[in-house]
Amino acid sequence: MTSIDPTLVEERPGDRPPILDGPNDYASVTEDVCRIAEPPVTQTPKGWLMGFALASTILLVLGAMVAHLFLTGVGVWGNRSPVFWGWPIVNFVFWVGIGHAGTLISAILFLFRQKWRTSINRFAEAMTIFAVMCAGLFPGIHVGRVWLAYYLFPIPNQMQMWPNFRSPLLWDVFAVGTYATVSLLFWYMGMIPDLATLRDRATSKVRRLAYGIFSLGWTGSNRQWHRFERAYLILAALATPLVLSVHSVVSFDFAVAQLPGWHTTIFPPYFVAGAIFSGFAMVVTLMVPARQFFGLKRIVTVRHLEAMNKVILATGTMVGYAYGMEFFISWYGGNPAETFTFVNRAFGPYAWAYWIMVSCNVLAPQVFWFKKARTSIPIMMVVAIFVNIGMWFERFVITVTSLSRDFVPSSWGYFSPTWVDVLTLIGSFGLFFTLFLLFCRFLPTVAMAEVKAAMPEPGHGHAERPPAGGAEPAPEGGR
Amino acid sequence: MRGFEVGAPEDAAPAEVVNGRLELCFIPDSRVWDGRFANNAWLQETPDFMTKLVWDNAALVSPATAEALGLRNGQVVTLEQGGRSLTCAAYVMPGQARGSIGIALGYGRGAAGRVGGDASAEVAPVGFDANRLRNSAAPDAAGGLKVVATRDRYKFATTQDMFAIDAVGMAEREKRVTGQHDLVREASLEEYRADPAFAKYVSVPLLDLWERPDVAVRHAWGMTIDLGKCTGCNACVVGCQAENNIPVVGKEQVSRGRIMHWIRIDRYFAGDRDDPRVVNQPLACQQCENAPCEQVCPVAATTHNQDGLNDMVYNRCVGTRYCANNCPYKVRRFNYLDFHDDLDKHEPDLDLKKMAYNPEVTVRWRGVMEKCTYCVQRIQAGRIKAKREGNREVKDGEVVTACQQACPTEAIVFGDLKQPRSRVSELAAAPRAYQMLAELNVDPRTRYLARVRNPDPALPKAEVKHDKH
Repeated sequence: MTSIDPTLVEERPGDRPPILDGPNDYASVTEDVCRIAEPPVTQTPKGWLMGFALASTILLVLGAMVAHLFLTGVGVWGNRSPVFWGWPIVNFVFWVGIGHAGTLISAILFLFRQKWRTSINRFAEAMTIFAVMCAGLFPGIHVGRVWLAYYLFPIPNQMQMWPNFRSPLLWDVFAVGTYATVSLLFWYMGMIPDLATLRDRATSKVRRLAYGIFSLGWTGSNRQWHRFERAYLILAALATPLVLSVHSVVSFDFAVAQLPGWHTTIFPPYFVAGAIFSGFAMVVTLMVPARQFFGLKRIVTVRHLEAMNKVILATGTMVGYAYGMEFFISWYGGNPAETFTFVNRAFGPYAWAYWIMVSCNVLAPQVFWFKKARTSIPIMMVVAIFVNIGMWFERFVITVTSLSRDFVPSSWGYFSPTWVDVLTLIGSFGLFFTLFLLFCRFLPTVAMAEVKAAMPEPGHGHAERPPAGGAEPAPEGGR
Repeated sequence: MRGFEVGAPEDAAPAEVVNGRLELCFIPDSRVWDGRFANNAWLQETPDFMTKLVWDNAALVSPATAEALGLRNGQVVTLEQGGRSLTCAAYVMPGQARGSIGIALGYGRGAAGRVGGDASAEVAPVGFDANRLRNSAAPDAAGGLKVVATRDRYKFATTQDMFAIDAVGMAEREKRVTGQHDLVREASLEEYRADPAFAKYVSVPLLDLWERPDVAVRHAWGMTIDLGKCTGCNACVVGCQAENNIPVVGKEQVSRGRIMHWIRIDRYFAGDRDDPRVVNQPLACQQCENAPCEQVCPVAATTHNQDGLNDMVYNRCVGTRYCANNCPYKVRRFNYLDFHDDLDKHEPDLDLKKMAYNPEVTVRWRGVMEKCTYCVQRIQAGRIKAKREGNREVKDGEVVTACQQACPTEAIVFGDLKQPRSRVSELAAAPRAYQMLAELNVDPRTRYLARVRNPDPALPKAEVKHDKH
């Protein structure tokens, strides 16, 4: 660790470095976080403007691709028989997976009283919301007749038709819909005290009005804090099973089908582990440059990054176990079609994709067994990007290679993406980063109130010990 | 499976393949014949029953010849014979005679019409004009052919074997396709005599998770396809296309795996690459009673009706394509683009459209899944007729599907499995009958009748033994 709380004389194995680096008090935290969102529009940092210009241009490309798709048909992609699901579904699962870290950090780590989460939870939750938005885009545009996509929702209609409740795709609509709703609520509700801070510090009328509306009249009274804490706890308890359920249900899209390579009972836990894995990798990928650029190094310390790297190592190893177990079961199960699917994955025409996946997801994170690697910014950046790539390929391997060779050899085929496929994937990153940059610019990127609650009381040293009286929050609603 | 043993026929081609002394064979094409049907888009898009090429002919070379000449699939070559030459593309074709190159007539026409090539309207010809190598002295076959390979590649569109197959895939295909317990089941006469029900083998005991609903309240339409009778001639494919308003998608879309045929004929080679045994298997929607497509459709656009048919409700379909992913037979077809666009937009006043479309069948628009319906419009017509004639039963043989009607060998039989004496019931109960991929417990309504081969033992290549694996 680069810096140690001065009150600790020596570092013993049981002790942990403090959550925040350097001399901090409540005011400095407020200042550090708020000054990112507060400059007037005319004084927007140049770096942000450049990033935003780039991201929104890529977003425009996405818009053009979607328009082209709607006007021409799904045939603009590489989808074919037998690979009826191609990149759009790969991208969907990829983005849903990334959208797992936020709620895991906010909800599960909250219930486990992991106070280090406070520095990064807002950031991760925002990432979750935007990733889920990117994910939600793909099944929507993926259907052949997008203007009738509302048939998937159980809404009263003149046909007197329900959707088919036996279809995993319908479960998916509910699972992702619920997850998106709860994540959004959780994110927004957690932000209310911080929005009130921004409101109280606002210098312009527009800002005061905008933050005023969204902070819902927060005054920081004791009664409001009490209600807030209860509601936060309830939402955390509600969101926790959702973290596990949403990707389980996504995995049912595959596991419930009878296609060899999809039809495996290992999928739900395997997908959840993979989702958390990819989500944490994405948080690291974004957090490292963001803390640098926005000057948040004192709040998001190497300790936070190291903790995330530990999660990456653990989940990456679980994913590696799942890869191995799939192979073992395909042999042990004695189903010849399944045996072939896995042999074909590793040694057939898509072997390149399989080995990219294994190298990025299983081998790369193993360096995190070493503390040096876990705490080194360049190494963790490289590993995190490898994991992002590897997890995209995992979904590609599952979706495309299984479909390309199923039961009847006459129908086997090789999938090749088109330029529209490629630009749509790139474009979805444009959507993600545009939203993300807007978030960084106008909203509190760190949960100030929560960080303060986890800070040592002024004049006392110990970070981990909660203030007397449980989760008694710090005074809020202004400086 | 074990390779098909090759004898040593006396008239075998010379052991060595010598470039410049090759044989050139002109063969009539299975679709366009001598070119007279070159302007028929249905025929242009019918896969040749051996090569599975569409919208093309090719210089066919056997694998051994290709190896000797250093040719690869799709390589552009110049054929030189008797002072004439033709630049075309090579296609490696198991079964082509050694040292011989075959090329189909009827392609490369400049005056066929809007489909097959029209020089005056700047419509490029389809395929390569074999007549440019042909003269009256040798109209059928000529010797002394030289093949000059170029470095260019030509893109063929085929409906099967769309990419050069790797060793992993090739081994699995061999294993799956033939042999007694797999997709295409065959036996020799002795094997059949020893065990007439040799094809009735299901690898695992089948269990259901739930009680099956009664899916045959009024009728139980079913089909049998006799593999012993099927010659792979493609008549059913075109018959179905004409009946069911199936669009022609063109060469590029076929090469991208989007052919729309509701019935296809799978062709597999077994045994020695240069002298293979060929097996054919017509495959349309199997109308599974426990249909995997139905369970996964989120909007219930594919469901069972009271006659036990697996219906496709076009109006309801939003095009998630999940059904096609979950179909083990891969017989579902998706309208990736507006494939009727050409007829609708470019030639709005064309009378051809009125004649080409069957008014009894919905024309499907883009974004919709479709598949074989067992010609549901003909079934309905038969039922209505029977109802009007005193509410009598539909007689056996009264409803004939388009593929059945077109089949010259009567390999396809259709009828009501609820009538115990119907032809289809009797055939479905025959010992040779089997359900393809029955181990998936999808319970297909279409049954195949396994082929029994009985070649003359005096012929050198008589052996049709199978491995039991």
